[in-house]
Amino acid sequence: MLNDIIKMIPIYIMGKKYEVPEGLTILKAMEFAGYRLKRGCGCRGGVCGACVTVYRKKGNYQLKVGLACQTVIEPDIYLVQLPFVPANKAIYTIKNVPANDSNIIKLYPELMRCLQCNTCTKSCPMELDVMNYVAAAMRGDLKEVVELSMECVMCGMCAARCPAELTPFNIALLIRRMYGKHLIPPSPQLAQRLKEIREGKFEEELNQLKESNQTELQERYKELQATKGASV
Amino acid sequence: MAYPIEMQDSIRKVETSRGHRMERSFRRLNFAEKAKLLETYHPDFRLAEKREIPIGPNKEDMAPSEFVALLESPSRLNPEAVDLEKVDYKIDVLVIGGGGAGVTTALLAKENGADVLLATKLRLGDSNTIMAEGGIGAATSPEDSPVIHYIDTIVGGRGKNIPELVEALVNDAPFIVEWLTNLGVNFDRLPDGSYFTHMPAGHSRKRSHSVKDITGLEIMRVLCDEIRNQEINVLEFSPAVELLLDDQGQCAGAVLFNFDTGQYCVVQAKATLIATGGIGRLHIQGFPTSNHYGATADGLVMAYRAGAKLIYMDFIQYHPTGIAWPEQMLGLLISEALRAQGAQVVNGEGEMFVDRLETRDALSAAIIRECGERNRGVLTPTGMVGVWLDTPLIDRIGGEGTFLRRFAGIHSRFKKYNIDPAREPILIYPTQHYQNGGIETKVNGETNIPNLYVAGEVAGGVHGHNRLGSNSLVDIFVFGRRAGMDIARKIGQVKIGRLSLEHIKVYNEALQNAQIVSGTCSPMLLPDYRFEKALTTVQYIKGR
Repeated sequence: MLNDIIKMIPIYIMGKKYEVPEGLTILKAMEFAGYRLKRGCGCRGGVCGACVTVYRKKGNYQLKVGLACQTVIEPDIYLVQLPFVPANKAIYTIKNVPANDSNIIKLYPELMRCLQCNTCTKSCPMELDVMNYVAAAMRGDLKEVVELSMECVMCGMCAARCPAELTPFNIALLIRRMYGKHLIPPSPQLAQRLKEIREGKFEEELNQLKESNQTELQERYKELQATKGASV
Repeated sequence: MAYPIEMQDSIRKVETSRGHRMERSFRRLNFAEKAKLLETYHPDFRLAEKREIPIGPNKEDMAPSEFVALLESPSRLNPEAVDLEKVDYKIDVLVIGGGGAGVTTALLAKENGADVLLATKLRLGDSNTIMAEGGIGAATSPEDSPVIHYIDTIVGGRGKNIPELVEALVNDAPFIVEWLTNLGVNFDRLPDGSYFTHMPAGHSRKRSHSVKDITGLEIMRVLCDEIRNQEINVLEFSPAVELLLDDQGQCAGAVLFNFDTGQYCVVQAKATLIATGGIGRLHIQGFPTSNHYGATADGLVMAYRAGAKLIYMDFIQYHPTGIAWPEQMLGLLISEALRAQGAQVVNGEGEMFVDRLETRDALSAAIIRECGERNRGVLTPTGMVGVWLDTPLIDRIGGEGTFLRRFAGIHSRFKKYNIDPAREPILIYPTQHYQNGGIETKVNGETNIPNLYVAGEVAGGVHGHNRLGSNSLVDIFVFGRRAGMDIARKIGQVKIGRLSLEHIKVYNEALQNAQIVSGTCSPMLLPDYRFEKALTTVQYIKGR
């Protein structure tokens, strides 16, 4: 076993010192210290953005940002959680907002105030290229915004730290929705299937199946599995 | 390479056998073999881990001990402490829960003219939905059909699914894909606009619609945005603690608890929907869980006390591909889509022992057998044992770069621990993932209590004894939507009488009369991971 004895290290939660086992994530370290979190804890798996934490390492002036559930503590780390950002969000009806840059600017005029200072990128716990998707939004390259912002967990840190007071995460959300709604061509296959269901094409067979027993269904299943082709 | 030395020998064996395995697959189990495997090794069949529910509508039914303990606990709400004459909100619809099912019901009820209040324990969107990686099951392609989806779902559910619910699921599923697309969800697409789909285990056709490996995140972002655009009233950090009934025995709303101020809040509603999700954070049988922090069975407990009937509560889904290393990610999920894309399941000797596309129940049982009785697992420094998910096969089959393109989220999470899953396998062990059963429901989400609706994981019956992958992400929207429309249709006729918490007193008395003593109260609301509970038991014991 590697850990015959757990090594304890000091950490500072909002300035208060606690001794916790090394190797823990910030989230588990706070729990070990005795916190039963209400705010600042969500999926515990790095996708919900609830546990975003601002921290500084000993001997370093830089403030860093990480998800508490994904960031491992170090000795003498100073930390505070920032579970809510009062960020601006525009109200719109997506079907009435065609995908173009003038609609983006109408809803978020502050977009054009961007200073290209890169603070947003440096404060993203997901290490997204925030400044570059903001730049793409300014020049109307919506596809680029979709690609660069897709992993956003909506923690709001980019907005909290932006000196020009943009809300990059909400701007990207609007653009992704515009793109998905208005710029991807509709699927003819889906339209055909919806038509078939509306016309009741599968009704009779489903009614028969509802009366079938498990053995009959298993036989059908075996046949279907044999014709399923490659899964990839 | 961040795997410790003692695990690297085994990785070399996996690498050595990879080329040979790539051309092969393990023989699929026939129905009899699968039944035998489940009976012998699946945790659901460990009878010592279950006990009878002592009182209430499901008296004498078996359920996991950890869940029964909550039903044996008195309410955390003292009925005398709440003044029911003072109603804080009087509205048409109260939605309890801010995950996929809850927001869908809220949107549909609002769209159809109802006045909605959505209350949720944590933030809007905090749920298992947001964590869903794989995709939405829907028969949208020409070679698929709702009929095939129906057969797969029922065979996967061991024939126990309620047929009418499955019929609703498979028929509505393609409409859900359309609905979400129209709201601006960026599903993976082919150049002609048709959907890129993959085939999770147990399915006979490609029908899982994904957004890379963050399907749930993308959908939840869009739906929460829509809740805000529709200006639906949302109360965050306000879990419901008990349902309200009226003097006719109808559901009449709920009592909420404000986490920030400690105050109770009385909500009177013509219809109440419970969409509080599952029970992962009870850690049934001590398993790690893939579930959200808030998955503590609150809705089940509240509804049961109010007289709702439960179904199949003794069937829990253990997802075969939970992370077993690194320690920091223990129990988190690796999407089934990796297996669909070619990753095989391999033991410590580098040998296949089960087909990668067996259903979740069978694959979990096979892994438990491999690590336990057969002793061919891989031991980690913290005392966990697991087997390998051979993820480098994904690039070998799909071409260099496939893994990163399809599974960027998974890749970046492992990268933090210096593991590159495109080049190195991932150590896995089953993790508690889903509650197959739940509150009994009809096709429109109604329960046996008038004006009480359920949707999502908290409801039971549609998945039988075992849910197929990609069927929950569609279930929550199908039944959330049906409930929202049904509620909007019916609330015009609803008359609510005098509000009452009498059922809480009656339930607490029944516990006393049965001489049941519990050291706690319920609903649980939040799990407790303070102090040494922050460490996994295994690490803690070894560490001392």
